[in-house]
Amino acid sequence: MSEAPAAPRAASADGSTGDGIALLLTPPVPRAGWRVLPARVIAMCAVELQKLRHDRTELYTRAVQPALWLLIFGQTFTRIRAIPTGGVPYIDYLAPGIIAQSAMFIAIFYGIQIIWERDAGILNKLLVTPTPRSALITGKAFAAGVKSLVQAVVVIVIAALLGVALTWNPLKLLGVALAVVLASVFFSCLSMTIAGIVLSRDRLMGFGQAITMPLFFGSNALYPVSVMPGWLQAVSKVNPLSYQVDALRGLLLGTPAHLAADFAVLTVAAAAGITAASALLGRLAR
Amino acid sequence: MTSDKPDGSGTGGTPDVAGTAETPSRSGAPAGAPVASEGPGGFEGGPAGPAEGAPGAVGASSVAADRVSVEAVSCTGLAHAFGETRAVDGLDLAVREGEVFGLLGPNGAGKTTAIRCITTLLPVPAGMVRVFGHDAAKERMAVRRLLGYVPQQLSADSALTGRENVALFARVFDVPRRERAARVTQALAAVGLADAADRLAGTYSGGMVRRLELAQALVSAPRLLILDEPTIGLDPIARTGVWEHINAVRAATGMTVLVTTHYMDEADQYCDRVGLMHRGRVRALGTPTALRHGLAERRGADRLPTLEDVFRDVAGSGLDDHSGGGFRDVRSTRRTARRVG
Repeated sequence: MSEAPAAPRAASADGSTGDGIALLLTPPVPRAGWRVLPARVIAMCAVELQKLRHDRTELYTRAVQPALWLLIFGQTFTRIRAIPTGGVPYIDYLAPGIIAQSAMFIAIFYGIQIIWERDAGILNKLLVTPTPRSALITGKAFAAGVKSLVQAVVVIVIAALLGVALTWNPLKLLGVALAVVLASVFFSCLSMTIAGIVLSRDRLMGFGQAITMPLFFGSNALYPVSVMPGWLQAVSKVNPLSYQVDALRGLLLGTPAHLAADFAVLTVAAAAGITAASALLGRLAR
Repeated sequence: MTSDKPDGSGTGGTPDVAGTAETPSRSGAPAGAPVASEGPGGFEGGPAGPAEGAPGAVGASSVAADRVSVEAVSCTGLAHAFGETRAVDGLDLAVREGEVFGLLGPNGAGKTTAIRCITTLLPVPAGMVRVFGHDAAKERMAVRRLLGYVPQQLSADSALTGRENVALFARVFDVPRRERAARVTQALAAVGLADAADRLAGTYSGGMVRRLELAQALVSAPRLLILDEPTIGLDPIARTGVWEHINAVRAATGMTVLVTTHYMDEADQYCDRVGLMHRGRVRALGTPTALRHGLAERRGADRLPTLEDVFRDVAGSGLDDHSGGGFRDVRSTRRTARRVG
């Protein structure tokens, strides 16, 4: 560890030995311009994946609820045939909605992590690195997207095990991944925006609980928009979750969908979320 | 390997600065036993690539001459208020390149607020803050590239290993992939965490977390290391360990260190110069020895006063009423203490 010999080790200072501090004398050459953002996004996503590798508990415990939704709600309502699904079994119809829901739950509580990092001083330390605030938020949002994506994969596997006829077309699955990540970017930014307003973990918990269910029930995750009362249809129209579910259904089941509009809405929502959360990040830094 | 920017690399000139600049009381002495070998030893090999091998006369001194007018940190008339509370109130401060400067004062004296202005975390509403000549209000990115910052809380991510914690900071400081692993390993070795590098930081002791944070700050080769209460809540042995690593790294890299503390004994032992801060302003400035002898002359005491005596003298009777900080301050200190265990 610290038994570096006194003799100079100029030639072999490539760090392969781990001794010496030769590399620590030269500051790295800064990335410039557009290359900063992807580098920061990769850095934040890498951290999220490392955390998932060390502790998968959350991944498993968060798989319980979607499994129950599919197993109990899905199978029961498949028998009742109360909900017009356009010919597909209800459990199939439900699966994309539950995938979207479980990804949203992960993202919407991501703001709690930001508040924890703020209390622990981690956020301050990141803010003192050459990382613009918007790049930090984008990185965090995509990290939430990666986490949601891993969760979505788990739910897709559960759904497949329950006999839901999902596509295995890799291009379509890539589209599914994109939709999940974009929606998670939006929901995590919504969460971080609220975090920037309320500034406390407990209050954010309350807000998170208060908005997740309305977002879920006010979407087409459980039932088609056509059976909703007029006011709920209006809610569903401005709810990004509906567009995500529509895209997932179209891609996974091949039901009619408005993919172009779905992805356009999700992209705009993600960009708006990043803007709002970046603007409020300064409040968390004080 | 070397940066093309003339002022970007801390390599050539630093040994000279650390050696000859005004660091009379400190140079080398307590950089002490356990880690001294990896400090200077590793360093001799360092500059061989870029410049003229041994801490050379020509190149090094010319770089130093370029910089001689630039202070590591200069604050003029810095003021920052939270509502009615004027946390920093007309602070003037100059930290010289290569020194260990201690900003001392009780809770609520404005140390942390001043640090947060210097690190660009807070805006600079009044006055001017410069870090190596860069305006902290306008050139934030340039300032951040020069900084290594260790906040008051234990801020390593407990869900990551030590190595991953350091690698994150290598990434966000744009360390290229081909030298990332080697750099991270060197930073961990420099603070004596090579053996614990692949354990989760959540399993570290308080002193180890502090050293890990030091490694996180070092991985980007900062010219200015800013430590906010680095030894708060640590036991005496861990405190000594943290300081020994700070000193060894400082001796090896020649970086400037700005540290806040309310432990006067530590400041006396480890800082080249100290500024005693009270109610938002620096009330006394100098080497610990000079401050103590100055008070001895004024008082004519037979015993040499401690730095704490100097502080009581400077702060006067108002110390008891107005110090102690707000609720939030105490709470965050407690939280840190709890995490330290």
